[in-house]
Amino acid sequence: MIPEYGHFALILALCLSLVLAVVPMLGATLGRPLWMASARPLAFGQLVLVAISFGCLAAAFLGDDFSVRYVAQNGNSLLPVYYKISAVWGAHEGSLLLWVLVLAGWTAAVAAFSRELPPELVARVLAVMGMIAVGFHLFLLLTSNPFERLLPMAPAEGRDLNPLLQDFGLIVHPPLLYMGYVGLSVPFAFAIAALLGGRMDVAWTRWTRPWTNIAWAFLTIGITLGSWWAYYELGWGGWWFWDPVENASFMPWLIATALVHSLAVTEKRGLFRGWTLLLAIFAFALSLLGTFMVRSGVLTSVHAFASDPTRGVFVLAFLGVVIGGSLLLYGLRAPALRVPASFGWRSREAFVLANNGLLAVITAVILLGTLYPLVADVMGWGKISVGPPYFNSFFVPLTLALALLMGIGALLQWKDSAPAPMARAAGLGALVAVPAAGLLPWLWGSWQWGAALALAATAWIAALTVRDLWRKSAFAPSRWQGLQRLRGGYWGMVCAHLGIAVAIAGAGVASSYSVQQDVRMEPGDTQVVAGYEFRFDGVTARDGPNYHAQIGAFDVRRDGHPVAHLEPEKRRYQGGQVMTEAGIDAGLGRDLYVVLGEPLDDTAWAVRLHVKPLVRWLWLGGALIAIGAVVAVGDRRYRRPVPVRAAVSANVVGP
Amino acid sequence: MHPLRKRRLLVVVFILVVSSIGVALATYALRQNMNLFYTPSQVAADTVPGDVRIRVGGMVVRGSLTRTPGDLGVSFRLTDGNDELLVHYTGILPDLFGEGEAAVAAGYLRSGRTLEADQVLAKHDENYTPPEVADAMKTGHAARAARDAGAQGSSAP
Repeated sequence: MIPEYGHFALILALCLSLVLAVVPMLGATLGRPLWMASARPLAFGQLVLVAISFGCLAAAFLGDDFSVRYVAQNGNSLLPVYYKISAVWGAHEGSLLLWVLVLAGWTAAVAAFSRELPPELVARVLAVMGMIAVGFHLFLLLTSNPFERLLPMAPAEGRDLNPLLQDFGLIVHPPLLYMGYVGLSVPFAFAIAALLGGRMDVAWTRWTRPWTNIAWAFLTIGITLGSWWAYYELGWGGWWFWDPVENASFMPWLIATALVHSLAVTEKRGLFRGWTLLLAIFAFALSLLGTFMVRSGVLTSVHAFASDPTRGVFVLAFLGVVIGGSLLLYGLRAPALRVPASFGWRSREAFVLANNGLLAVITAVILLGTLYPLVADVMGWGKISVGPPYFNSFFVPLTLALALLMGIGALLQWKDSAPAPMARAAGLGALVAVPAAGLLPWLWGSWQWGAALALAATAWIAALTVRDLWRKSAFAPSRWQGLQRLRGGYWGMVCAHLGIAVAIAGAGVASSYSVQQDVRMEPGDTQVVAGYEFRFDGVTARDGPNYHAQIGAFDVRRDGHPVAHLEPEKRRYQGGQVMTEAGIDAGLGRDLYVVLGEPLDDTAWAVRLHVKPLVRWLWLGGALIAIGAVVAVGDRRYRRPVPVRAAVSANVVGP
Repeated sequence: MHPLRKRRLLVVVFILVVSSIGVALATYALRQNMNLFYTPSQVAADTVPGDVRIRVGGMVVRGSLTRTPGDLGVSFRLTDGNDELLVHYTGILPDLFGEGEAAVAAGYLRSGRTLEADQVLAKHDENYTPPEVADAMKTGHAARAARDAGAQGSSAP
């Protein structure tokens, strides 16, 4: 009965979301307080029902109820408990249910933390989120019902979760990524509500910024984890493949990054309003596009669970309605929000504008490279794949340009700055960056362009950020007090910018100096890679809960001193699938990475040996960016109620 | 001209120039880095240029996998049910690579009918066949059926 309860709860949740989408919206238009007030209880009710539904599916997995088709396809009685739970979102239907759960969670969170907002705004925001929920509930119930039964022919055992997904990374990666994807529906709903209400004031920005930051932080962590997972689980030692699925999550991140910056200008100066709204719309539209590409089966990847044409058509139609509708609304209402802008080119506004321009260009280039193969396929121009060189040839120089602007822009004043301080800052930055480019690459034995440019960018950002921190903390009796007086928003920016610097160093050095060797090794053989001696001590067999493993033993030494003992595995799961588990010795300075290929004859194995310097810095940078976003939300100005007088009407220029 | 208008005009012209340069560059880079997908039949029919990187997909012919003793060289044949293509590769094959399974090899055609692959991709899950390979198999089998039917037709009086 439990799956039926889950199904029933989902249908009730659809009903609630239908009411949520219509009644508060009408109430806001007609000025009915009670109708508007219905939004909060509806949002909470929807969360409870979706949570019940999700719990029922999890219970079906835990109870090994293989009469449920989805459980039979992705579960197995031998799976450890934590994989039984993560199997809930291991495939299409369940991951959509997770998506809906996250959406209901965000909606309820907005309902809970918006007590000080004008009731019309809250009603409209929640109603827009209700509309999105209606779309996804329908998608789930009509095309991808996870509670479908296999009766009366229920199998005795489940087909098991894809071994690639039986991993800690998969337990946390999808929920976090979804928190980010779906979290972007909040700024989207705020943008639509602002367009509908014709008001976009300081209160609006103050409320939108923390939500955007949190969603962006989740998205950052989700992408970082995805990259980390691909690195250790796929066994290729790569951390970014420009795979369409990665691009699908990276594009909303880029636009959300632009949005985070544009919102700062809108809050502080009241400018870029139309642009901010457009970015909010596009950030969410791109996360929907990502869902479409990933879930519809048009892409070849681990994430493409099923190629069911009705699903693709449904998501595409939904996407069309959301993007078309919101752009139409934007075209009709945005001109009313215009304010005349005035700022010099040496101002923070100008640099944020340039940052936004570059981010938009990067996104457009990635979008082109990601969609072109799909379009070409549909149009019959042949089956094409676009290689990483295309993406790198744009992404790398544009990112370096971003880094250059970031160093200077963050220390400029609003409106306009004097030329002399800017020149002094640039001089100091160059004084640090040029030697960094010239000398630091030698740490890895040779001088290479890519690494030199990346390290110069890192040094430039770090030097200018720290210098700014130093100067801003000078106006206090002591340095410590000065640092304490700086606001959360500023600390968040410092942290996130340093995160970018760290990630750039990691990407540049890891790309330039990683060494990889595919070799044939007999037990007792020693192979030297980048100064490390890898000795292969043979392979032993061992059994896991639902697989047989062959475990290689590698002893790694440097100059005769033991460094690490690595045990890469080759696993054969019950379903017959073979999986590689890399043996990794992680370090801040370098990773040693060993993969067992295949047995060649009696005792010899094909083995892949990697030494990857600074590769950890990439994920460390991602973590710093996310921490920065969260720290900025802690800024005390977001907790103080916005004085009513500060809320200027859209048509009046702020002071 | 009004200074504000003049500035706006400059901005618009600047955006137009920059974006058209950008679009031109992007299209050029895209063309340089596109890897077209071919079937073994298309390679056999000599419709494939020799000096660009291509991808070829099909099923790995059973019994065709051979290893070079002493190093990591392997070769195998890919089929779409109609024609076969010999593929050379040096390195470690993916986990789910196997005879009778779908695979995609990317690389350059050398001396007629051998693909010197620098990358071999296999399916990533037991029930999954890359859509390109599924299509290739379908058209390959259809071509084979048509050829057989044609052969029968011509042998008939």
